[in-house]
Amino acid sequence: MQHKARIALTAIGILGLSMAAQAQDGEQYITLASTTSTEASGLFDSIIPKFTGKTGIEVRVVAVGTGQAFEIARRGDADSLLVHDTVGEEAFVAEGYGTERADVMYNDFVIIGPDGDPAGIADADTIAEALQLIAEAQAPFASRGDDSGTNRAELRLWEAAGVEADGEWYRELGSGMGPTLNTAAGMDAYVMSDRATWVAFENPQNLELLFEGDEALFNQYGSLVISEERHPHLKHDLAGQWHQWLLSEEGQQAIGDFTVNGQQLFFPNAE
Amino acid sequence: MPSDSGAFVTALNLILGLDPDLLNIVALSLQVSLTAVALATLIGLPLGAALALWRFPGHGVLVVALNALMGLPPVVAGLCVYLLLSRAGPLGELGLLFTPTAMVVAQLVLVLPIIAALARQQVEELHQEYREQLTSLGLSRLRMIPTLLWDARLGLVTVVLAGFGRASAEVGAVMIVGGNIDGVTRVMTTAIVLETSKGDLPLALGLGIVLLGLVALVNAGAYLVGETSRRKLG
Repeated sequence: MQHKARIALTAIGILGLSMAAQAQDGEQYITLASTTSTEASGLFDSIIPKFTGKTGIEVRVVAVGTGQAFEIARRGDADSLLVHDTVGEEAFVAEGYGTERADVMYNDFVIIGPDGDPAGIADADTIAEALQLIAEAQAPFASRGDDSGTNRAELRLWEAAGVEADGEWYRELGSGMGPTLNTAAGMDAYVMSDRATWVAFENPQNLELLFEGDEALFNQYGSLVISEERHPHLKHDLAGQWHQWLLSEEGQQAIGDFTVNGQQLFFPNAE
Repeated sequence: MPSDSGAFVTALNLILGLDPDLLNIVALSLQVSLTAVALATLIGLPLGAALALWRFPGHGVLVVALNALMGLPPVVAGLCVYLLLSRAGPLGELGLLFTPTAMVVAQLVLVLPIIAALARQQVEELHQEYREQLTSLGLSRLRMIPTLLWDARLGLVTVVLAGFGRASAEVGAVMIVGGNIDGVTRVMTTAIVLETSKGDLPLALGLGIVLLGLVALVNAGAYLVGETSRRKLG
């Protein structure tokens, strides 16, 4: 019995050691808190190897909603932040958590809906009109409802359209972009998505892109430098290199080169 | 969409192709869950036995609490461990958030109550059966613990397997404390969530089939060990 106990303890020891070893290789890394849209579209798989190849710095992406990404960064759990909520990003800097914010790239939001388009939004001239048509038809609309960048943008659009998004037709799902699209497909609902996630999404069922192109649907992504004063333990030097690379000609080129099914999903626009 | 049959083909391709990314994910899943279950076993079995043998004020409260914790939602366990290990939290200095170690801690929190609570029940039944013999041997309660655990070992294997089932199946806790980082903290369940969110349902279901196969393998191993020792006992 003692013999067996010793074998068990040795096995645990080996597991523990191998785990410690795993934690040590790739010493040069930063943790990046970012949004689900950048991860799920495959952008990071395309651009991060280029950055790592040049600098030797590994970038570990924690992809969550923008609200959660801010919270992770506020608590000092991420070295860098790449999100899409300019209002929130500016507040983050104003509160002293960030020292710098820069435009990196943009794409746009699109309205997806069932192929029959029961609310008839495909002919709308503006996003405000499209949303009003959905509300008038009381057609099911699936909202992220998770305080993500997309969710915040959607709520601002309803407000701008002068429509109170409330009632049985307006369904707050409280989940990420992909799960929301899955659910919308299941209940033939309208849904607002960032273009990148939509194009890369593989389970559209009856859903189609019905409305796009209004300037109000512009979706800006920004990179933030986190305050060294506030969180001295973070890898500010490495994170700074990542931030600079994103804004550099090389980084901007890498973003522009990323395509899914031949379609460019993010448009670099650093100044 | 032919996703239902596609999943089995995908699962088969994943296994036969020995995709290195998949192997990494499988290895990490096993590493995290087995470590968590091993630690929970080391702590939980003696703890359960002690609760079965000693009576003290608050004993009942502790037993009920332990039983209730078996139903702890993984996402709540993950959130607690996240707040503990976050830089702003009490153990933030260790820098363990978003590492496999953090995932082990979170799964330990989930599995420990299961193993301790079920072990307590098994040992208590055994103790009632053998109380007189054990007392006549003059064993102290502390000395009874290893004896009773050893005698209950066949039943305790199932207890440990229940713990392993919980650890390998949960996604809420490891998602929060691990962050689902590609190549670092991505395990089977978080990979399944990610592929589902991408809408790649055949791949997600394929990964699910692989995970189920792995859990079946571990259970088959435990079954064989149990059968062998049962035969030895006659």
